[in-house]
Amino acid sequence: MDQFLQHLLNGLVLGGSYALLGIGLTLIFGIMNVVNFTHGELYSFGAYMVFGIVAALHGNFFVALFLAMALGVILGAGIERSLLRPLRGASIDTTMLVMIGAWIAMQNAEQLLWTGVAKAIRHPFPEAPLVIGPVSVSWIRIFVLAVALLLIAGSHFLIRRTRLGTAMRATFQDRETAALMGVNIDAIHTITFAFGSGLAAAAGALLGPVFVVFPTMGDLAALKAFAIVILGGMGNFMGATLGGLILGVVEEMGAGYISSGYRDAMGFLIIIAVLLFRPTGLFVRAERVG
Amino acid sequence: MNAPAAVLAVEGVEVRFGGLVALSDLSFAVREGEVASLIGPNGAGKTTAFNVITGFLRPAKGRVRYRENFLTGLPPNQVAEQGVVRTFQKTSVFGGIPVFENVLIGLHRRGRARPWEILLALPLVRREEKRLREEAMGILSFVGLAHRREELGAALPYGEQRLLEVAVAMAAGPSLLLLDEPVSGMNPSETAGFMKIVEKIRGRGITILLVEHDMRMVMGVSDRVVVLNQGRIIAEGSPAEIQRDPEVIRAYLGQGAKRAAC
Amino acid sequence: MSRWPALAWVMFLASIPLWVRNQYYLHVLINTGIFAIAAMSLNLLLGYTGQLSLGHVAFFGVGAYTSALISLGFDLQLAPSYILVFEPRPVWVGFLSGIAVAGMFGWVIGKLSFRVRGAYFVIVTVSFAEVVKLVALNWVDLTEGPMALNNIPPVTLALPGLGELTFWKKEPNYYLVLVVCLLSYAVIRRLVRSRAGRAFVALRENEPLAESVGVDVTRFLVLAAVISAAIAGAAGGLYAHYIKIVDPDIFLFIYTVVMVIMVVTGGKGTLLGPVVGAVIFGILPEVLREVARPEVQWIIYGFIMVLIVFFLPDGIVPAAASWWKARTATAGPSGDAREGA
Repeated sequence: MDQFLQHLLNGLVLGGSYALLGIGLTLIFGIMNVVNFTHGELYSFGAYMVFGIVAALHGNFFVALFLAMALGVILGAGIERSLLRPLRGASIDTTMLVMIGAWIAMQNAEQLLWTGVAKAIRHPFPEAPLVIGPVSVSWIRIFVLAVALLLIAGSHFLIRRTRLGTAMRATFQDRETAALMGVNIDAIHTITFAFGSGLAAAAGALLGPVFVVFPTMGDLAALKAFAIVILGGMGNFMGATLGGLILGVVEEMGAGYISSGYRDAMGFLIIIAVLLFRPTGLFVRAERVG
Repeated sequence: MNAPAAVLAVEGVEVRFGGLVALSDLSFAVREGEVASLIGPNGAGKTTAFNVITGFLRPAKGRVRYRENFLTGLPPNQVAEQGVVRTFQKTSVFGGIPVFENVLIGLHRRGRARPWEILLALPLVRREEKRLREEAMGILSFVGLAHRREELGAALPYGEQRLLEVAVAMAAGPSLLLLDEPVSGMNPSETAGFMKIVEKIRGRGITILLVEHDMRMVMGVSDRVVVLNQGRIIAEGSPAEIQRDPEVIRAYLGQGAKRAAC
Repeated sequence: MSRWPALAWVMFLASIPLWVRNQYYLHVLINTGIFAIAAMSLNLLLGYTGQLSLGHVAFFGVGAYTSALISLGFDLQLAPSYILVFEPRPVWVGFLSGIAVAGMFGWVIGKLSFRVRGAYFVIVTVSFAEVVKLVALNWVDLTEGPMALNNIPPVTLALPGLGELTFWKKEPNYYLVLVVCLLSYAVIRRLVRSRAGRAFVALRENEPLAESVGVDVTRFLVLAAVISAAIAGAAGGLYAHYIKIVDPDIFLFIYTVVMVIMVVTGGKGTLLGPVVGAVIFGILPEVLREVARPEVQWIIYGFIMVLIVFFLPDGIVPAAASWWKARTATAGPSGDAREGA
């Protein structure tokens, strides 16, 4: 039972950040219909930014986190403007190929800058974990979970309660009508991609200090993000949130009880199973994008 | 002399999209060799009816019979195997390949070469290819597109793309051809040309079911007209009868006439 | 390509080991050849049938592992007291088995592709390859996991009267790869120019229209996937017996990306496109080796991908064919730039 609670807790911590990854991607996928291969790179970008600011520039940890997210947003906007906007209206293969090209370039740029050696990020939290009854959890993980939940809540607020969010949801449901109603589709695309990328960078910035940072860390993260999008349904915000949490918990449980070698397979098996049996995702009833 | 037998029988078909009833207890028949038209205001359910007949949509109730077989439940490619071929409302060609190849694809079910026979390059494969290519040229000449055979499907002007659609459908060797708004967007001379092609097709003994808005075309080629409104049949008969039917007039001019009266 | 130029090319390629003595260059050519076979197979699925299959490396790796395991022999513990012992078999048995097993995996993907389309299919295929990689990594009893399968025997030919010839050296391997390459090309060409090939293209261009004229969608999606996977499996088998070591890294997504780059740059949906792409991206790394580090090369390849998508979206071969057609425009009717069917 103790083990179970421990795994559950670890799973939720992981899941919170996974949810950020998933929310970002489901928005991009849902609103723009782009197979975003750079999503994982934004994740590792976020982690590397924190590392760079803390280790190289000796900056404050919290400032580093904030800057990593902000830079992620800017980078996302840049990618959208330079690569995706000119291809608006092209088929999904075309945008996919461009994203693959960008992904390769980004990942190798990271490799070039930081080398393949895994980096650890020093954080200001005490190493000794907090022990509550049968479970123990390190302070950094509590922090990560708290920030993730904050960001999820913030995103939810943005999508559901702001004009921008309404515009995004409108674009998702019916692009042409939204355009006719005065929504600037170009701007929505850029904002969506930037926002989604910012969330991915946030996820990387949060999980980087928990684990280690290496250039290919984004690949696995991207695939898990895809799994979450499929699990929750494309464009389904709540689905992505729950999907992320579920994936985190399933991974930890799987790793703890079955085999740690296959832990990463959990995400993929979920993808394949869901697509075979419930292609629209588990949470079809929940509203799309919000 | 007996009236020609009904080859296509639509029996009690009902289609729902969520809460919307698209087709309600739809029943009509098309007789062998005739040209029948399905008309009605937009949203009446005409294309939905086509989708049900050709297997692109499953009805909630009812069935479709063609000759001795039931079409309901068959996937579209097997419906085509029965000899029932359709065109689409929105222009539908194989855009990225030449016109000639478009028609060759249409001839798909007229070929029998199997993958292993193809891989072994058996002589029968080569003979079949030759035959199919000859047939393709014949069909292109039939619709008047022979001079365009090297152009890409998407490169053709609109009117010719619609002709290509008919060529591809004809290539499949239909005994019942369903044409979905074939002349929409065509100018009068193109429409007149198309009407001649419909006559040629009828001359080959092919039964035709047409969905159209262009009344000149409908009245000009049809033996019988079926009128649909809001998913149900409101009138059936010869073109002359339909033109005089008050229900039909009301359906087309409908709310406007009513409101004007209030 | 008509007869004589094609024959000339084949003669030229066959002559290469006679005047290229540098073992390293031969090695590069052999690798390029193996990649060309894999790229051609991917092209059948991606280019002709229009399926966004990004798990292709799974077929390659499965072919490699199967061939290696069968020629090495293996023990499998099925139950606490029952161990299945599989004796080593001749390499050609392993090679054919690799093709068969890869083809079976292709069948699975083909069936899946019918139910799941577009972006979802991309994700499924990538995940599929990742799962296969994880199995190879973790099922150590069978695959040796990260310790790799070593000492894989090279191809052995029994020549009547001359005894056995074992392909230790580069030259025979070169010819073997060349033969399989030409064979794959011929198979794909024959298929693509037939009724089946037209069905593939029809599915890519306009699936509902294809259905309405009688094309059985599932059947042809599965056919394309099976043949594509089988040929990729052949490439994998060649790889296993040439490099003689196979480890789970063979399933890395980056190799699928390499194949995609080759197909897209060369020209998807054309017969020669993947070959041209393979030659460029097989040889380019060697040319750039002195000048740029691997990471820099990859950044360049990433840029090339983006540039191709923006400026030569159909790839090099169709662009070259269009250019050639424009130049010879006054001549009689010429073949179409894009191999439609």
